Amino acid sequence: MPVYAALIYAEEGEATPEEWAAIMADHNEFSERAGAAGVVAGGEALQDSNTATTVHVQGGKGGEVIHTDGPFLGGRGGQKLERRTPAEDPAETKEVLGGFYLLKCQDLDEALSWAAQIPEAWNGGRIEVRPCIGFTQE
Amino acid sequence: MLEDILRDEGGRVLATLIRLTGDIDLAEEALQDALVAALQSWTREGIPQNPGAWLTTVARNRALDHLRREAKRRQKETEALLSFVPGHGDDRLQLIFTCCHPALSLEARVALTLRLVAGLTTADIGRLFLQPETTVAQRITRAKKKISVARIPYRIPSDHELPDRMRGVLAVVYLIFTSGHHAHEGSLDSRFDLAEEGVRLGRMLVALMPDDAEAHGLLALMLSTHARRRARLDAHGNQVLTAHQDRSIWDLEAAAEASRLLERALRRRRAGPYQIQAAISCLHSLAPCDVEIDWPPILALYDLLSSRHPTPVVAVNRAVALSKVAGPEVALPLSSAFGASKSGISFGQPERISCASLLARKKLPTPTDRRLLSR
Repeated sequence: MPVYAALIYAEEGEATPEEWAAIMADHNEFSERAGAAGVVAGGEALQDSNTATTVHVQGGKGGEVIHTDGPFLGGRGGQKLERRTPAEDPAETKEVLGGFYLLKCQDLDEALSWAAQIPEAWNGGRIEVRPCIGFTQE
Repeated sequence: MLEDILRDEGGRVLATLIRLTGDIDLAEEALQDALVAALQSWTREGIPQNPGAWLTTVARNRALDHLRREAKRRQKETEALLSFVPGHGDDRLQLIFTCCHPALSLEARVALTLRLVAGLTTADIGRLFLQPETTVAQRITRAKKKISVARIPYRIPSDHELPDRMRGVLAVVYLIFTSGHHAHEGSLDSRFDLAEEGVRLGRMLVALMPDDAEAHGLLALMLSTHARRRARLDAHGNQVLTAHQDRSIWDLEAAAEASRLLERALRRRRAGPYQIQAAISCLHSLAPCDVEIDWPPILALYDLLSSRHPTPVVAVNRAVALSKVAGPEVALPLSSAFGASKSGISFGQPERISCASLLARKKLPTPTDRRLLSR
């Protein structure tokens, strides 16, 4: 059975405890329903992107290791590699990867219909659905 | 003649092979071999009684040969091919739904539909859209890879998805048709005509989905529009407004067919945007001359259309109809609502605005379009 990664992108913001509880309740409801249908093959919610560290090795394997604070190369605390307009620069928008589900589905239509039920899909965020490599071998 | 048979039957055979093997490239290769064999054999010995069965059998055997040559035999596909009994239904509808899947870009949907369903070559498609063949080929290759890797299903959507997906298919066919209608002069040397291809695909959809009212509506709309193709442009290639067109060179047969199709569609009592637009177009055709156009029902149809699908083009056309029924002083205030007067577009030129909006979508002004807009 093919596995699809449903990558959850949403804007990060300060959520009140009530808002946070509501989001968690929506996710619990989704994963219970999808779990009961035998669709969920895994998934994680990620900590705030402020806690992310980006690692890049300059000059090929064994080269200089560069750490950057944040989810992007050359973000906060690091050096910008190249200045782009805010519209082109993902670092300028607050939409970040916030978590993912692994969905075991028959085909893309099934995966897309489950993805549409992930809370962020209808809460102003978006879900990127990508097939995982290896499922074609079965 | 022979070419038409090969293209028509080829499309059916391709759809069947894709259903059996789930492998578009393998199916295309096998069909190509079968078409070459047919061309040689049929010119020598004449066209067989059942060309479709002939092609299917040869193509299936070629597909089996391809599979046998592969290092790793693919059991499932081989079995499907071996157990296939010819003479079953039409597989093209499934193929159309795959080609027009919303997970593919609109450009990819158009190119795939023309390539796999209509049977055009990538070179033909490139010429028609004034794009390098390599661009079209890459677009198709990428789409085929996505279909296979992401597993875009090859089936008729289930009942609850069908209305949405059908709308998507109809939109692709209509886009192919309108692209032909606004074709660039450079595409005129092609063997194919996008408007004709749109009509051909529309006929196929009506045959495959005989209960779908909007499929009938779309074919009626395309035929009714296509009936005026010879009168659309003047000797200099400038567009002529419907009202000023030479009605004696309208294709009355196509217009009559459009009316018949529309009547059949309306009897199902499930009116949609294509049926409404077809009705408006047919009412224009029915009038023996410009001044005898029956505007009140046209206005009523635009009211219906704008309540369900409020777009700027519909709003402008509705205002034109309103000015014909109630006078320009009633309709004029509406024009400022969508800024028509500010942009210098005056009344009585709905086609100009429709054209501008089509261009905005197409992003490729043809010389004809440019002349019309700069007038």
